[in-house]
Amino acid sequence: MFRLEARTSTPAWFNLALPLVAIATTLILCSGLIAVTGAGVIEAYGVMLSASLGDSYAITETLVRAAPMIFTGLAVAIAFRAKFWNIGAEGQLLAGAVASCFVGAIPMPGYLAMLLMALAGAAAGALVALVPATLRVKFKVDDVVSSLLLNSVIYYALMALIEGPWKDTFSGYPISPPIEDSANFPVLIEGTRLHLGVVVALIAAPLCWFLIARTTLGFRIRVTGENPEAARYGGINVQRVLLSTALLSGALAGLAGVGEVGGVHFQVMSDISPGYGYSGIVVAMLARLNPLGVMPAAIFLAAVMTGAEAMSRATGVPAFLSDVIQGTALLAMLVALLFTAYRIRRVGASS
Amino acid sequence: MSAVFEQIFQVGFLAAIIRIATPLAFATLGEMFSERAGVLNLGIEGIMLLSAMAGFTAASLSGSLWLGVLVAVLTGALMGALHALFTVALGLSQHVCGIGVTLFSSGLAYFLYRLIFGQQSVPPSITGFKPVPIPLLADIPVLGPAVFNQFTLVYLAIIAVPLAAFVLYRTPWGLSVRMVGENPRAVDSAGVSVIATRFQAVILGGALMGLAGAFLTMAQFNAFTFGVVSGRGWVAIALVVFGRWDPWRSAGAALLFAFVDALQLRMQASGLGHVPYEAFLMLPFIFTIVAMAVMSRNAVAPSALLKPFRREER
Repeated sequence: MFRLEARTSTPAWFNLALPLVAIATTLILCSGLIAVTGAGVIEAYGVMLSASLGDSYAITETLVRAAPMIFTGLAVAIAFRAKFWNIGAEGQLLAGAVASCFVGAIPMPGYLAMLLMALAGAAAGALVALVPATLRVKFKVDDVVSSLLLNSVIYYALMALIEGPWKDTFSGYPISPPIEDSANFPVLIEGTRLHLGVVVALIAAPLCWFLIARTTLGFRIRVTGENPEAARYGGINVQRVLLSTALLSGALAGLAGVGEVGGVHFQVMSDISPGYGYSGIVVAMLARLNPLGVMPAAIFLAAVMTGAEAMSRATGVPAFLSDVIQGTALLAMLVALLFTAYRIRRVGASS
Repeated sequence: MSAVFEQIFQVGFLAAIIRIATPLAFATLGEMFSERAGVLNLGIEGIMLLSAMAGFTAASLSGSLWLGVLVAVLTGALMGALHALFTVALGLSQHVCGIGVTLFSSGLAYFLYRLIFGQQSVPPSITGFKPVPIPLLADIPVLGPAVFNQFTLVYLAIIAVPLAAFVLYRTPWGLSVRMVGENPRAVDSAGVSVIATRFQAVILGGALMGLAGAFLTMAQFNAFTFGVVSGRGWVAIALVVFGRWDPWRSAGAALLFAFVDALQLRMQASGLGHVPYEAFLMLPFIFTIVAMAVMSRNAVAPSALLKPFRREER
């Protein structure tokens, strides 16, 4: 007989082992889908790996795609640490993209433009995230639903802008005017798309780790999430912590949008984010809400996305496999997390 | 002559409202059953998409629309069961699982559709359901042709609302559903299985979401496209809140949304609108967020919503 038993503590190696188990499970489950198409499983995954991490150009492409997911992953991880259920990273990203594109279109010296784009994008994302947080703090409105619904509001607002007053007059498509050339984020390695924003994302992760693990605000965020009663008893203004968390989380998600505008698309279109906000939830969960873990988790998802396109060309397996992998990885990780709360014990027939 | 034109205009407009409201009504009732049992199902967007795809594929391969509907309903129920497995049986967090189910189901829908139909410049279509006029009732001026000359699935939606209200408020099972959503401990000690009741409600909810998907690909658009659901699942989440977790109010909310949507489409088509149509599409979401703030004083949401039930934790 086996039974589940509550765990009091979890060993540190779980942080690494659980996501790896979840990812391995996901890849095994999804190999069934590859087999259904008639393609070779090893071959398909092989192409996926080599096309995403096989050479230096592929690695830069994967990093470019990882950058927005590092930001949204950090946004979700920090929010979830405080148990502020921010499902709205997608909308916050879009708001950040719009605001930074507005600023980037104003003629001014390049580096000043980039700085102001980042500030405007972060502020826009933070403002959007402040809505569900304020509603929760002031009116006890469920943040899960309100932050989710705001995504649709922001999306339609963006569409109204680029199909209406903000539409690029030189384009037949609903697309915003481009930012100034001088505001385009510098490319770090010639011949690739690796832009300055990617480096900022890679630096943001350890900074967020430091903030969560080593600062007073980080401590407050953790205590508020783990035990709001104790936090209150200890003199922490829980409501204020929730609002600060929302500002921080929204700003990070906004920065994801800034990077896409400044470094990849240079303008705003309806599909500027293929769901990076939702992917952020997958990233954060795989990272066990640890900002340092967000980096590898985002790079993993980015590699799957980049690799899936090449795999599709080479083997005919639809590239949408990457979407299935993303969803499966999230569900597998959630199940794996059960092992942090419970352990399976073998018990004798007598007990 | 102009009077005739005006009448056609009104009939067309009314009929459009009914058609837009139908998938929303199914989806909203589905989400409502799930939430009344205490389980938020954010998988709805993906479940609708996968069901829409599965139903379309079955109908297109077999030539039978009703087989397509059956497959869509079963797909929805199956995905509901998956969500219940994670959130009810394993007690995992409902919102994250819901996002997981949506990501997984939409990914699977895209993947399988591309695998079965390949990449075509014009998406394959089927001959969808035809309107079935109801004798006598269809002859009522204006209302008749708009409401009683519709698809069978529309009539099913019209029946589903009172039926859902009856099941929820007048049957022992409905009482169990409401109880497990409000006070699972009490029901548990009364000998009703919280786990089983929640499973049943989430599966029923999934089946209804499947019907919503079926309507989209087999009556409304007669084809599957990647944007066929385009946020209707999220609208349903909003409508459940706006409809205060009640079948009648939720259906009313669906009709109200459909009215605004039909108005928006008409204004867009006539080129009259100075207001961007997106403003109308935004409305249900903004209304719901405001409504949540206003309603929060008198808690109407099922009190055990989002809370997993573990028997050993007392």
